[in-house]
Amino acid sequence: MASVTTDTPIQHSDPTPRRKISQQAIAPWLFLLPAFLFFALYVIIPIVQSFYISFYEWNGLYSPEYRAVEGTELTDLACTELGNRAARTEGCEPTGANVWTGEYVGWENYQQLWNDPFFWTSLQNNVIWLLLYFLAIPGGLFISLFLNQKVFGMRLYKSLFFFPFVLSQVVVGLVFSWFYLPNDGLLNQVLIFFGFESINILGSNEYATYGIIAAGLWPQTAYCMILYLTGLNAVDPEQIEAARLDGAKGPKMLWYVVLPQLWPATFIAIVVTVIGALRSFDLITIMTNGGPGFYNTSVLAFYMYDVALSEFGFRMGYGSAIAVILFLIMMVYIAGFLWKMWRDEKGA
Amino acid sequence: MRSIFKTGAAALAAATMLSGAALADGHALSGELRIFSDMSNPAPRAVMEGMVERFGAEHPDLEIELVITDREAWKTQIRNVLQSGTADVVNWYAGNRMAPYVEAGLFMDISELWEEGGLTETLASTQGSMTMDDGIWGVPYTYYQWGVYYREDIFAELGLEAPTTWEEELSNCQAIIDSGRACYTIGTKFLWTAGGWFDYLNMRTNGYDFHMDLTAGEVEWTDDRVRATFENWATLIEMGAFIDDHQTYSWQEALPFMVNGEAAAYLMGNFAVAPLREAGLSDDQLGFYQFPQIDASIEPGEDAPTDTFHIAANAENVEAAEAFLLFVTSAENQTLINNGDNLGQLPVNANSSVDDDEFLNAGFDMLSNNAGGGIAQFFDRDAPAEMAQVAMQGFQQFMVDPSTLDQVLQILEGARQRIY
Repeated sequence: MASVTTDTPIQHSDPTPRRKISQQAIAPWLFLLPAFLFFALYVIIPIVQSFYISFYEWNGLYSPEYRAVEGTELTDLACTELGNRAARTEGCEPTGANVWTGEYVGWENYQQLWNDPFFWTSLQNNVIWLLLYFLAIPGGLFISLFLNQKVFGMRLYKSLFFFPFVLSQVVVGLVFSWFYLPNDGLLNQVLIFFGFESINILGSNEYATYGIIAAGLWPQTAYCMILYLTGLNAVDPEQIEAARLDGAKGPKMLWYVVLPQLWPATFIAIVVTVIGALRSFDLITIMTNGGPGFYNTSVLAFYMYDVALSEFGFRMGYGSAIAVILFLIMMVYIAGFLWKMWRDEKGA
Repeated sequence: MRSIFKTGAAALAAATMLSGAALADGHALSGELRIFSDMSNPAPRAVMEGMVERFGAEHPDLEIELVITDREAWKTQIRNVLQSGTADVVNWYAGNRMAPYVEAGLFMDISELWEEGGLTETLASTQGSMTMDDGIWGVPYTYYQWGVYYREDIFAELGLEAPTTWEEELSNCQAIIDSGRACYTIGTKFLWTAGGWFDYLNMRTNGYDFHMDLTAGEVEWTDDRVRATFENWATLIEMGAFIDDHQTYSWQEALPFMVNGEAAAYLMGNFAVAPLREAGLSDDQLGFYQFPQIDASIEPGEDAPTDTFHIAANAENVEAAEAFLLFVTSAENQTLINNGDNLGQLPVNANSSVDDDEFLNAGFDMLSNNAGGGIAQFFDRDAPAEMAQVAMQGFQQFMVDPSTLDQVLQILEGARQRIY
């Protein structure tokens, strides 16, 4: 902050410099304000609300509020207690306002979660998703290296490899559901052709989750491939040339010369892969609907949806508690991410 | 067409007096009536639009606004609509599925309308499923039977008769399996179909009242009587009665097995008849029988899910809403909307006629004369939503691997103690 010199005569005191300073101080905040407002409205406040609701038992409903019509002897409170039939006949009317029906239960939702086998199943599946999803990164890298050549028709190949990335997850789920179909699906047709038994991947407690992850890896690998292809465009040809002169070839060249330059792409690939694995939801909904049996392919995001928003759900408090846990898991990862960004900034 | 004469002059008088006309004081309805409906499939949609048109013609001064929402989406949207006060009349379901809205005071109690409109006479058979906490919360407009739809031609080829007892059922099933087919097709991906099997096996093994106690949370899932139900189920599963890989199919995806003759029968609601016919099965090939007896001393209970209309608690035009509910349930309208060209289901009004369709007649006859145990709504409408969800997952788990029964019952019992 600049300090204001006070050696100007008082009678000529001119507030302009001070106003200038305050303008300089305020302007950036003014520009930031809309972003802050929206961020607060759509991110911060809902997070706080999730924490809040997770301490309540609430089925997501509000009760209508009644008031006494003028000229009757009833009070507003009596109207609300009468129930809607009596309220209408005794001289009350709905105010149009609603009363929240949530009930405070403290840590009960979290205690329930701790003892809920389905929650642990979902969490375990989340971990499996996270670990296996990382296969998309080397997968994407090798496909991008393969596609990064000057061959006739390469553009066509590239676009074929892009293809799964532009498909909606729902479509991917449907396609893979057919692919896995017992007896009639492509996979089982091949197995039967070679004399094996047909296996029902999505219908078995052991394989179903892996089947869905395989489906998810298809577009995810394409995503990482795109990131690496753009990264490869930025690789410095002079360095490659220099490495060649020094006799670097194949894997050595990749490891010591190319990969270090691809680090930014790798970083982004890790970020999108972790996020993709943690919010895996649509594929599960389409392919198994969380089944077979008791939530065998469920992950936290799906379980949250199922208890809070599905046809048989509407346990808003419990769903919020799951959301809070998922948020805290994400938070660990986001904190690490921010710390790394900050370190890079400092290093630069 | 076949008329149903059930009650005397009182009901008739009430029905004629109130056949959709405005209430007794005779003044015409005016203002705006806002109806939110989930009758989104083509046939029901046409029925709903037709009803609004005919009701509107009777009340020229009334402006009717009809909003039709996708049936699945409505299961969540109803909450917003009821709370925002934008609707007078809404569609929903009978039984325990009403409970959250009744408890939150979002449906209007219309007991008086039932009394004054004579509905307690004409709709007597469904009154129980609309009643909760000493109030009546809506009116039914259609229901349909469940039962076993089977391939008559396959049965004839194997020399089988429709079974009436459990022994016949098992010997039939063995013959069908020996011919290289499955006895039953089923798709349990979305769970509820397994709920239907449980309903029937439990009602036949332990009776309707026990089944109602169980869905009301008054019986332990680890009870021996519940185990007996699962043992009967396991008998069928272990002999190979059901198609393989059913956990991968929706109910529609399980239809081709029956159409192609890979499975001989399907335990399903009457809505399965239309797609089976469209797939090329003629009425000569398709038959219906009531789920066979297991214990001869038990009166058969039946599943007959009921779809309903309700008035929102914060409705603005209550008078018009009430008149519309009376119009929907009137004998004449019930006959019309449930006939084969429209919904193809059963009318709820005792003075209506059932369309002359093989399966509707069979269902009507069964529910009128052979459902002495009582009429259930369906597992996911009789049990609270949370219990329904976890129990139906358990049924699917059990069907895939009957050896997990103990573990499944433990989980269900834990859920019961937490939920009720």
